[in-house]
Order: sequence, then C-alpha cells, then structure tokens
Amino acid sequence: MIKYFFKAVSVTAITISLTLVSAVSFAATDVRIMWYGDGDKENVPIQGQIDAFNAANSDINVILDIVPYDAIMNTLPIQLAAGEGPDIARVTDLGGLNKYYADITPHVANPQYYEDSFGPFLKWYRKSGDTSSIHGFHSTMTVTGPYVNKTLFEQAGVDLLGPGATWAEWADAANAVASKLDIPIPMAWDRSGHRVSGPAVSMGAQYFDANGDPKLVDDGLKAMTQMLYDWHQDGTMSKDLWGSVSGTKYHAPNDWWNAAEVVFMMSGSWQIGRFANEVGDDFDWWAVPAPCGPAACTGMPGGNALLAFTANDAVGRVMDYLSSKEQLGAFIGEVLAIPGHLDLPVDYQTDDANAKHALETFAGAVPTIDQVAFDLQAHVDNRIMFNAIISRLGQAIVGEMSLEEAWVKMDEDVEKQLKEKYGG
Amino acid sequence: MKNIRINIKNFFIRVFNIPFAFLMHAIDIIMWPIQKIVGVRNMPYIFLLPNLFFFGLFVIVPLGVNVAFSVTGGDELLFANREFSGAKHYNYLFDCENYLNANTCTEDFFWRGVHNTIFFVIFQVGLMIFFSLLTAVILNKKIIGRGFFRSVFFFPVLLSPVVVGLIWQWILLKNGILNAFIEANGGDKFSFLTDPGWAMTSSIFVSIWAHMGFYTLIVLAGLQAIPPNLYEAAEMDGTSRERTFFRITLPLLMPNLLVVFILASIKGVQTFDEIYVLTGGGPGTSTSLIVQYIFTTGFASSGSVQNFGLAAAASMVLGVVLLLLTLIQLYLSRSRENKHQEI
Repeated sequence: MIKYFFKAVSVTAITISLTLVSAVSFAATDVRIMWYGDGDKENVPIQGQIDAFNAANSDINVILDIVPYDAIMNTLPIQLAAGEGPDIARVTDLGGLNKYYADITPHVANPQYYEDSFGPFLKWYRKSGDTSSIHGFHSTMTVTGPYVNKTLFEQAGVDLLGPGATWAEWADAANAVASKLDIPIPMAWDRSGHRVSGPAVSMGAQYFDANGDPKLVDDGLKAMTQMLYDWHQDGTMSKDLWGSVSGTKYHAPNDWWNAAEVVFMMSGSWQIGRFANEVGDDFDWWAVPAPCGPAACTGMPGGNALLAFTANDAVGRVMDYLSSKEQLGAFIGEVLAIPGHLDLPVDYQTDDANAKHALETFAGAVPTIDQVAFDLQAHVDNRIMFNAIISRLGQAIVGEMSLEEAWVKMDEDVEKQLKEKYGG
Repeated sequence: MKNIRINIKNFFIRVFNIPFAFLMHAIDIIMWPIQKIVGVRNMPYIFLLPNLFFFGLFVIVPLGVNVAFSVTGGDELLFANREFSGAKHYNYLFDCENYLNANTCTEDFFWRGVHNTIFFVIFQVGLMIFFSLLTAVILNKKIIGRGFFRSVFFFPVLLSPVVVGLIWQWILLKNGILNAFIEANGGDKFSFLTDPGWAMTSSIFVSIWAHMGFYTLIVLAGLQAIPPNLYEAAEMDGTSRERTFFRITLPLLMPNLLVVFILASIKGVQTFDEIYVLTGGGPGTSTSLIVQYIFTTGFASSGSVQNFGLAAAASMVLGVVLLLLTLIQLYLSRSRENKHQEI
C-alpha cells in the first residue's frame, strides 16, 4: 500500500514539474504598449493590427493599453522615472523622454530600414551626440496649420485667401465672415505653445541664441504673442476657449468648430480624420496654407512616435511589424494622416473631398517648413519653451499680468526649468 | 425543560468556543515569553506595535520621503540620482518682494495659489456655515417631507468630486444648461467659468453645494441636542423668535459651529479635485488653488521639468498650515471638554 502511495506521489510530482517547466518554456513574452489614440479612428486600426500580430506570433503577447493623452504627458514620465513603465509607448514629447529610450538596433531585423525610412526623425529621439541608436519610428508625421469653414466664407461672400496671405489678413477675413453671418468666434486656436510656435517663427522668432541654447523671447515671439493678445482683446479670439483652463493645459476648440461657431481654426494635420468623422456633410472645411509673417510662412512639424523603453527581441519584432510598409501604410491610410515614413505609398480610405484636400495641403506644406521650426521640434527642451509661452500668455490674456510682464516671466520660467533639470 | 435548554445553549457555546480557545492558546504561546521579557506594564506597547508599524509605513515614512524630496533637486524620482539642495526650494517659494503681489514673487504660481486659497476658504467657509445653519434650522422644524429634504441636502456629499465638477461644468459652461435657460428667457449668456470673477464665485458655490449636507448634519445634531424645555420657558416668557434664536439656539450651537468652522477650513484648504475638473484652475490662474499648484508642479508638467522637490516643499508648507488648523481644533475641543467637566 505504502509502495503504491509513494509511486502515485512520484508520478504526480513529475507531472507537475514537467507541466511547470513546459509552461515556463513556452510562456509567451509580454510586450506592453502604452497607446493614446484620437478616438476609435486610431484605436480600432491599431488594435486590429495587434490582434493580427498576436495571432501570428504565439511566442509574443502584445498588450495594448489605450490611455488618455494626459497619461502619456503626465503619468508616463513618472512611471519611467520610477523605473516602471511600458515596453513601448506612443509619445509626442519626443526628445523630452530620450534618457529612457532603449536602443533596439540589435533586436530589429534590418536597422538600415529604419535609417532609410525614418532617418530625419530618428535624431529627434536621440540623446545629444548619439547618431546611430534606433529607438522606434514615427507613427504619424504632423504639421500645424489652419482650417477654414469654407461654407461660411461662401455664405458671407468673402474670398478665401491664397498662399502668401499674412496672419493679419486672415484675421480680417475671419472677422468679416463672422460679422456678416453673426458667428460668435472668428478665430480659434488650439491652446498650445507648439501651435503658437510656427506662426512665431513666421514672425521672425529664433528660439535659440548663437550657441544653440534656448532663448525664448525675441522680437518675433513678441510680435506673434502681441497679435494673439490683441485678438483676444478685440474679440477675434474668444476668451472662453483659452480661458477655460489654466497653466500649460491643452485645449482644442473642436466642439465649437464642429458646431460651425468658428470661422478659422488653427490646429494641425492630425485633425483631418476627426473632422472627416465629426463634421461629415455639415459644412465644407478646408485646410489652408500656413499664413505668413515677415520671416516665413511656416507651421511646426511634429508627430508621434512609437518608442521602445525595453530592448529585447520581442520588442524588436513588434517594432519591425508595426513599422513595416504594409502595416504602417494601412494604418496611415485608415486614420488619414501624413506618414512619417519617407517612402510609403498610402491609399487613403476616404471619399471626403475636404479630407483629401487637407491631406494634400498639409503634405505640400512639409517642404516649406522653416529650418528654425525643425530645429525647435528636434530640441530636447522644446516643451519647456512651449509651456512657458502658453501659461504666461494665458495669464496676460485674462489680465493677471501685462504682456510685457508675461515676456519677462516666460524667459524666467525657461531659465528656472533648465536650472532645475541640469543643475547650476 | 428549562435546564435542558440551558444545557443545549452551553453546549453550543462551548463548541463555538473551541476554535477561539485554540487561537487564544496559540497567541498565548507567543505572548507569554514576550511578557516575560518586557513585563506586564509594557505589554500595551506590544499590542500597539502592529498599528504603529502600518501607521509608520504609510504615514511617517511618506512624510520623511516628502521632506527628503523637498531638500533635493533635479527631475529624477530616485534619491540616488537626486542632488542635495538644502533649503533652495523653500527659498524659491518665499522669495518675494511683496507677498501681496504674486507677480513680484519668484514662484508666482505658488503665491497665486495661496491668495486664491485664502480667498476661497474665507468665503466658502463663511457661506458654508451660514447656509448649513439656515438649512439645519429649517430641517429641524416640523415641515412636510422633512426626511426627504434631509436626504436631498445630504445627497451631494455622496457624489465623487469629479462627478460634481462635471455636472456643474455642463450646467455652467458658456453653452451649458443655465445659459441656455437664460438665453431662452431673453437674457445674455454669462461667462460663469471663463470670467475670472465669475469663475471663483462659481467654484465657491459648487463647493458649498457639494459639501453643505455634511455640515448641515452636524448643525442639525446640535439643534436636536438643545433641551426643548429651554424653548418652552422662552415661549412662556413671551420671548420673540429672533431673541430665542440669538440667545438660546446660537450660543448652544457654538460648539457644533466651531467644529464646522474648523473642519470646513481644513477641507477648504485641501480643495482640489472638483475645482480642477470644473475650471481647470482657470481662466489664467484665477481658480488655481494651492493643491493644484502642488499637483501640476510635481506631476502634471506636460513635458516641462517635473519638479518633485518644489512640489514637496509646497506640500510641507501646506502641511504646516493644516497642522496649525488641527491644533486649533484640538485646543478648542479640549477647552470645551474642560469646561463641561468644571460644570
């Protein structure tokens, strides 16, 4: 009896051990992606691609955590600083998090593919002095620029302005339309320092001194911020939009735009898919070329990238898959974005004439982007400057300080933040 | 028959006691040697140890970590990567030419938060006490549907602050319900949340709406504790209603009102979530309170440097203010107890 008992125990133990060993050996490697998307328009296609990858790769289990944009901006940096965080994340503060990026060069199938396809953007992710690391790829390229409600222009009998029109001329046109049709908001901008920066560069802002160090306030920036300040005082822009939040908080005027309460909206190419879905046939909306200042007619480049925080073969394979021409092309075509890939034929999945026109306009704007705007976007501390602009300008607009005081505070903020970051 | 019943009862008690007896014996095996070592007199400290351990782990240790953050600099989270900066962050916070003019301060956002918080607390607490008292007096009367109205006034207390903020945002937005009503009646839309003056007024109103039920309950309990014979005596003397209120009700309610005052002040200083959801601290910084400053400086920098040190220093300052308020509450409640004992 005892003999049988020991036999049974031995067989059970061996079975359990073998099961455990095989479970460990064949357990799929988890790859966690922190992803923010512009609603289902972006989330559904990426989830579909991830599901397809998981189905085809039983040894890797990709988990897509869809989070709000705020979580990418505020929670992700804290997670990373604490040594936690995802394996991959979709990031817009491209240089700001570069100390956490992992070099996946040894883990991707063909590093040269990344150089050839995303070359100009790779340096946006790299630390100063690094010229070879591969951290990820640009999932979409963006360009800031304005949209107009074309239907309102037509109803008001005001001609749309062509390339070369200045900011002042566009403001006059928007005001003319608004006053003829009794539209409450002639002009609305995303509340973002990034959005202000393209027009500021057009007005001559340089953002850097001769040594390449941040120097925020100059005549160009003063001219653009003065213009924005004045527009809020004379009613061209509504205080209700930027006034509804404080500090560096982002605010987009989409609700007012969708309700046709805005004539001219300064935002960027990432809105195309959203407008196509949300505005639909309600009115015609067109993207127009970046208005001009004395120095340039430029928007800001930007975009978001899928960047790795863990370097292993599983992450490398996921990156290879998502950055492949087939997958990236399908994603870009679905979400109606500008590709960050230099050689990617895209079949846009839309019949919307407004969306097609906007895609052409923004894609055509890429070569006209000013070098200062590119340098600013590539700078690791650009967010510090963007945030100083928007928080102080916001205070001046609601009357908490004069614009002159705001300019002084902008420079102080940048100096203080850089000191805290780098010491000194 | 009775004896049988008692025996059955005793049997079940004994059966149920067996596991507890085992447990007690097991504890005794551990406690007995400890008692031998520390002595009977020190055993209470041994019993307090588990509680003290968790209190230390979740209160004292984080407090120490906060102090450590406040005296170290940089944007790193791990102490190994942070540099000692001494009182730098405290100096930043208090570097001001004129404390009444935030623009003259190095860390002007902090001082705007302080000014806004002081303004908010003064008006919110004052009005809260007034409306809580008024509501409690009404709800203490024999009105129709008294139970229903007591529930109605208490209901907002049960809501999450985020829900409160969102509900009132829908109501008070430029395109919100209230403005739609005003416009439908021929009026002009108000900027309830985007005009600096109106935004603070709206914030105070919403905060009172959300928390008044709790304080009303405290005042109501005080009202119900007043002996009815005092009112009967006053009525027999022909005392007017106003005189009865000011000479009997109010003096006897003072201890409760004091509790309301202190609790509402502490809660007022800590206010953050509902206002943050309602106004985002704007327009500008007109409704940005001190806790929002701490949050944005440390955790919501939107790509700027996450200044954990400065946020920690500001939270230490806030902690000192809250400690003072708590000490005042303790002092007042103890002096009241002493008075009762003397009586």
